[in-house]
Amino acid sequence: MANSILQARDLTFRYTTAEGVAPTVLDHVNLDIEAGSFVAILGHNGSGKSTFAKHLNAIVLPSGGKVYVDGMDTVDENLLLDIRRTVGMVFQNPDNQIVASVVEEDVAFAPENLGVPSAEIRRRVDEALEAVGMTEYARHAPHLLSGGQKQRVAIAGVLAMRPRCIVLDEPTAMLDPVGRREVLDTICQLNQQLGMTVVLITHHMDEAARADRLVVMDNGHVVMDGPPVQVFQHVEELRRLGLEVPDSVALLYELRRAGLDVPLDVLTPEDCARVVAQILPQ
Amino acid sequence: MNLKDITLGQFFPGNSFLHRLDPRMKLLGLTAYLVALFLAGWFVTYAIMLALLVWGCAVAHIRPKTLLGGLKPVVFLLIFTGILNMFYTPGTPLVSFWIFTITYEGILHAFFMVVRIMMLICATFLLTYTTSPLALTDALESLLSPLKKIRVPVHELAMIMSIALRFIPTLIEETDKIMCAQRARGADFDSGGLIRKAKALIPLLVPLFISALRRAEELATAMECRCYHGGQGRTRMRELRLRPSDWIFLVCMVALAVAIGLLAGRGL
Repeated sequence: MANSILQARDLTFRYTTAEGVAPTVLDHVNLDIEAGSFVAILGHNGSGKSTFAKHLNAIVLPSGGKVYVDGMDTVDENLLLDIRRTVGMVFQNPDNQIVASVVEEDVAFAPENLGVPSAEIRRRVDEALEAVGMTEYARHAPHLLSGGQKQRVAIAGVLAMRPRCIVLDEPTAMLDPVGRREVLDTICQLNQQLGMTVVLITHHMDEAARADRLVVMDNGHVVMDGPPVQVFQHVEELRRLGLEVPDSVALLYELRRAGLDVPLDVLTPEDCARVVAQILPQ
Repeated sequence: MNLKDITLGQFFPGNSFLHRLDPRMKLLGLTAYLVALFLAGWFVTYAIMLALLVWGCAVAHIRPKTLLGGLKPVVFLLIFTGILNMFYTPGTPLVSFWIFTITYEGILHAFFMVVRIMMLICATFLLTYTTSPLALTDALESLLSPLKKIRVPVHELAMIMSIALRFIPTLIEETDKIMCAQRARGADFDSGGLIRKAKALIPLLVPLFISALRRAEELATAMECRCYHGGQGRTRMRELRLRPSDWIFLVCMVALAVAIGLLAGRGL
């Protein structure tokens, strides 16, 4: 693909344990992520999805194969800062990502590290806070914010680098339902309104359903890859991998097993209700 | 025991003259004030110092009660210092019993000593009450930056300090949580003597340390992801800039120290 921003070529990763054995976490993964797309990476614990994410901005370096970020090889140390400012990373626990004791100072952290002039930092901070809807909390102390708000501050902190791509490693795992919705809406907005490439690592199916493309990983391999509607058709295979399908798909799947002729390519509850309404008179 | 009551370097946001002063000048000004405090010798000089402190309070809209509240932890020290000075200053005896003698000079000396310590602490609190911890860290980094030449890791120290400040509330919250979890399983933090209470804290510290270390690791990764690579080539969103009023303030404080020194030399 010509305009892919992230490329993994035969990416392999092993780590050495104290006993000297080297379990393979990633095994010859080949994946291209197009600029401007919204990709969700799914997989149960230990599938290698988090490790894969950490390869995308050179936090972890491959044991074999290559990772290219906008054409830059992640192994090249001279390009480290350029790679990291191209691909921003957001982690699970917002508390452990926030550096400063004032929201706007925290958002300013990355551009300060990059040596951006003061006036420009100010502009970027205001812009980033605006993009995540946290402008009114600029002077607040982060520890007084809710989980969802903290995670949005963490996203703003990454946006202030003006990255082309943002990788989120289970950003909603520690949040309550309200916080999850806030963060997910923010992510979708970044993708749709700012054209940001988004890679979302998750094990929530309803979150993955909002992506353009779904990559399912298992045991260090990519096992499925395609648009959500397509991937969710494989209900049995997903369940075998320890993953659940969204409730709407699960319902239709059960109906089909009961002998009703319903399609499986339905993701939203509204569409699902429509399909069920159609078959009711029968 | 409610851990949330602990206040470290409390800051009251405001927009007074003292709040707006450059934090570096405030630090230097405080140093000059403290020097003057140690030069002060008799009622006149002490009165000047006290007047200045009261003026600072009034300007910053800090109630004297709040300021004096900060003295609570040092009450014991104050009493101890007072008593020691009272008994061990030679001079004209006023009261005498058994092996103890209280002298006229002793009472005066004790009084001045206690007042001096109280003013010292209050003046320092006035600084932390009117300066955000972040501004203080910046000021320290900027004031100590000449030490970079002799390879003192000034930026790193300032970064450590500001991260420590950031994580105090987080770790306090976590301690509360662990305490509750252990109480729910029958741990007793409140009864028994000092030693028993201290022992009860050990099972609390172990999980707290483990979690703090894990947090440290995650924070380090997150900082790396945001292009942190030490102080080299780093800029700041808020540059500290000195205005004429900051210089005037510093000159006044130095002049004060000199004046107090001269007055004290004349026995005032």
